[in-house]
Amino acid sequence: MSDVIATNQTILVVGGGISGVTAAIEAAECGKQVILIEKNPSLGGRVSQLYKYFPKLCFPSCGMEINLRRMKVNRNLNILTMTEVSAVSGESGNYRVTLKTRPRYVNENCTACGECEKAVEAEFDSEYDYGMKKRKGAYLPFNMSYPQRYVIDPNMIGTDDAQKAKDACKYDAIDLDMQESETTLTVGAIIWATGWQPYDADKIQPYGHDRFDNVVTSVEFERMLDPFGPTGGKIVRPSDGKEAKDVAFIQCAGSRDRNHLKHCSRICCMATLKQTTYLREKFEDDFKASVYYIDIRAIDRIDDFYQKIQADENVNFIKSKVASITEDKETRNPILHGVDTEGYHRYSNPHDLCVLAVGMEPSVPKDAFPIDVVINDSGFIEADEKNGGIFAAGCSSDALDVNRAVQSATASALRAIQVINRVAGTEG
Amino acid sequence: VSDEIKVGAYICKGCGLGERLDCGQLATIAEREGKAKLVREHEFLCNAEGVAMIQNDIDNEGVNKVMIAACSRRSKTEAFSFENVAISRANLREGVIWVRPDTDEAKETTQEMAADYVRMGCAEIKYMNVPHSSGEGTTGSNSLLVAGGGIVGMTAAIEAAAAGYPVTLVEKSGQLGGGAAFEYKRVPEHMPYAELEDNGVAEMVAKIEADSKITVHLNSTITRTSGAPGRFSADISTESGSTSTENFGAIIMASGARNYDANQLPELGYGKTPDVVDQAGLEKLAMEANGGPIKRPSDGKEVENVVFIQCAGQRSTKEGHLPYCSGHCCLTSIKQAMYFKDQNPKIDTNIIYSDLRTPGAGGEDFYRSGQQKGITFTKGSVSEVTVGANGPEVKFNDLILAQEVNEKADLVVLATGQIPNSGVDIDAPAPQAGAPEVTLESILNLDYRQGKDLPHLKNGFNDSHFICFPYETRRTGIYSAGPVRRPMDMAQAKEDATGAALKAIQALENAKLGRAAHPRSGDLSFPSFRKEGCTQCKRCTVECPFGAIDEDQAGYPQFNESRCRRCGTCMGACPVRVISFENYSVETIGQQLKAVDIPDEFSEKPRILVLACENDAYPALDMAAQNGNHYSQFARVVPVRCLGSINTIWITDALNSGYDGIILMGCQKGENYQCHFVKGSEIAHIRMSKVDDTLQSLSLEADRVATYEVAITDIKRAPQLINDMAETVERVGMSPFKF
Repeated sequence: MSDVIATNQTILVVGGGISGVTAAIEAAECGKQVILIEKNPSLGGRVSQLYKYFPKLCFPSCGMEINLRRMKVNRNLNILTMTEVSAVSGESGNYRVTLKTRPRYVNENCTACGECEKAVEAEFDSEYDYGMKKRKGAYLPFNMSYPQRYVIDPNMIGTDDAQKAKDACKYDAIDLDMQESETTLTVGAIIWATGWQPYDADKIQPYGHDRFDNVVTSVEFERMLDPFGPTGGKIVRPSDGKEAKDVAFIQCAGSRDRNHLKHCSRICCMATLKQTTYLREKFEDDFKASVYYIDIRAIDRIDDFYQKIQADENVNFIKSKVASITEDKETRNPILHGVDTEGYHRYSNPHDLCVLAVGMEPSVPKDAFPIDVVINDSGFIEADEKNGGIFAAGCSSDALDVNRAVQSATASALRAIQVINRVAGTEG
Repeated sequence: VSDEIKVGAYICKGCGLGERLDCGQLATIAEREGKAKLVREHEFLCNAEGVAMIQNDIDNEGVNKVMIAACSRRSKTEAFSFENVAISRANLREGVIWVRPDTDEAKETTQEMAADYVRMGCAEIKYMNVPHSSGEGTTGSNSLLVAGGGIVGMTAAIEAAAAGYPVTLVEKSGQLGGGAAFEYKRVPEHMPYAELEDNGVAEMVAKIEADSKITVHLNSTITRTSGAPGRFSADISTESGSTSTENFGAIIMASGARNYDANQLPELGYGKTPDVVDQAGLEKLAMEANGGPIKRPSDGKEVENVVFIQCAGQRSTKEGHLPYCSGHCCLTSIKQAMYFKDQNPKIDTNIIYSDLRTPGAGGEDFYRSGQQKGITFTKGSVSEVTVGANGPEVKFNDLILAQEVNEKADLVVLATGQIPNSGVDIDAPAPQAGAPEVTLESILNLDYRQGKDLPHLKNGFNDSHFICFPYETRRTGIYSAGPVRRPMDMAQAKEDATGAALKAIQALENAKLGRAAHPRSGDLSFPSFRKEGCTQCKRCTVECPFGAIDEDQAGYPQFNESRCRRCGTCMGACPVRVISFENYSVETIGQQLKAVDIPDEFSEKPRILVLACENDAYPALDMAAQNGNHYSQFARVVPVRCLGSINTIWITDALNSGYDGIILMGCQKGENYQCHFVKGSEIAHIRMSKVDDTLQSLSLEADRVATYEVAITDIKRAPQLINDMAETVERVGMSPFKF
């Protein structure tokens, strides 16, 4: 990390998901010096784990390819992965930031040839697949990982496997002695783009995500559609691997709920509508989707997507907050219990699979920010002059869909540039 | 001496290339056939030492063209980026050894594949030059033009000025503030999202007046815009008829939206009684009341109960209604219900909705605040508003209680939608004779050949078509923001204005350096044409997806480099092949496919040319390789900037020189197109439909040429398409045109 040069005219972007990547590129393409840091071994963030975007049903990797190409040719941009902020002090135009980098155990010599992966035996849960799949102890997080550089799982260090990986590498790219490193930089402005994590569905006890195999979260369901994912692109029941053609979607699972997240996570309605199209894609007319909802928030011009799904006879909408889920011991079917509030009918509906449209929770807990910023009750950073030269981008600022997150990130790039240009102006 | 071409060819032996291939033979080919002046093999070309070796040859051996035979151009891009030299990449790893089995049987054809890619790399580099900025934008303007002085335009101006850029704000009316100036209060923008805030207009106007970087033109419109990013010229005309002309680097279009005409909703009582108002009407009443009791218009009675009808004339497919949701109306109705509740909690306020849309943290908190203030929310479907003896009556089906309800109210508020002020729909078909004339005022009055305003996306909004690129404009350097782009609430509109300001600033900074904007960011190449060959057929000016090409008085194309996005659609369109880029031309591709070794008809070694979009199909093939998906040893893949850049001469030449099959792989076309150059894939499909004539004249089978839509995720399908073509060739036989 010694080659990183930063000044109070440098912008630090924290988080390499789509918001952070956007903020970093947009600022760099204005000619500003930018350091982009990401906690994980690869850029990409949550969107890289999605099969398709709503409402266009296009692929996130398409946009990522463009963004990667923009980054590869931009010399104003410095990218540090496996890196987090451990301390921040100072003020707008002059921050001291301490960065901590975990060892990847693989250096820039790596060509991503894959020999180390072939050499090792040890397997671990794949973070990329929410633990639904195993990966090797020497791994490339996913096809489009950037940097295209392997990672050695720290749990493998000290084992024979680690040595095997090292021995398999012809390029002297594996360094098992790599240590955690720390560096302190001066930057002028900070864009905070640490994004979101799916709300822990196990906490919604009545839905039994922790007890019933065939109750999965929306993000897990998304992974099923990836041809390289845990089910090879098939929509199946975790309990028995049989195709799941009768699927229930529970909206606001953990959102708009005082016991969990009190905010509306915005994306879940559209995500569910999108996921019903996956069923049609896989099973044509041979499927049934039941959406249990409070309000369908297909806001603004994308309401037409909702209208399109409403016209699909295989998709039913039930206005109801599901009270609980039980499991049919024999079939392992989840049975949803509740009251349909349109006419007050009680129901106990069995389905092959139940998908919980889980909410968005800010990745950084309220009390874990390294510097004082104004944070609202839901844990999102509020725009406030008190934040000085620190600006939230994307889902650090609110529950946002991709389009709005990118919009927010682009705006945050300008706010950071305002600080930098002010500094440049006064320093002449 | 400096003009002398000196090609350095570098052959990497890492990643198994050395083991799988005879790199010595490849070096010989580069030297003898590729005419490289300097050829080096290296065990591990992308490491520091390999890179330093190449740099040294550039610095000390006069190498000015570098051909790297190693991995895909998508890999190790940063290591292999040398300044001031042309670079081509022969993809031996993802393109050859990873897509072929490591068997003795496959060895010969794998080597032939690699040899061809080396030939192709050498052929390409010969015709590639280092692109230099045109210099067009070197005197680029730093100023921004903002069309529209509402909240969005004011925000864009304030934010851009705060970054140091001068702004000229043009507002049609006599005052700044737009619709927001007529709103009594605004939805809170800060926690706890419970109490209404001042509309904020006065504060913003004061800021603008105090900012020496912002110039305001009231009662003014933009009557002509010409030029390109960095050198736009705009006529700003006042109502009284005087015009001034100024230069700008970039433009933000913040022309906002107008209210839907509620007179189109007689079934909801509008126009039948003054006690049915739209949201703008209620703002007026609230302004008049100014914190006191709101009175109903008919007789001045203080309102004791008010019903809000959501989605009035919206989210509806009925003729004359708006098909979309206007995005802000749920929040606005809650705000307006609070006007009553805050003044007197005893007033009944009922919001009848189908889906209450208040997303996010602030939205949901605000909704909850409304509930706490005693606003009633009813999920219902309104059928009619009639005028009773004492005021309007709302008939609706209460969807929760499943019963018909007739509710009497002092006042009914219709949450009607918004219609974007997006100017002229340049893609609309020309009106037929006798049809009623629709006169829409243009916002920008662009003198572009392709029309006066930004293209519309849907329902008149000129949003970007892309999820991950909301500011991907089809007119470089011009960014729309706010409700003209997409329906949105005020808080989001301010965010949008700030984002658009950033993009505008970026566009003028790019123009100064001659750099392309997204998606080929930083590209310095630009199209030029050989005038003497041009037949003035206008295909390039018509087909440019970005309206970058005008015509001069003689009818020749006039390229505006800083509007250009470097897709090459013009190059693909040109029937006489006079358009080219310094590093991408009819020759750089044409010579590659001619360089491929075509074995004779009886060799059983066909050749399949694959022209693949560099953004989707090519990465899909790379990832196929990465995952060990093999494809035919007879394929030769050439990445192209966009399928739209494919000139049919390449197809004709390939068929004439004995290729047995040709595949074009582009992005999804049609309504949900994925092509970032808008119509490239579609245009290619149309052009290719005409290749049938060529095939016929050569007596070749039609299925030798295929055009596909391939997504970046088609990691298994893309190789399969190649294999399918190999099968087709096997079925129909080898081409007889081998020389």
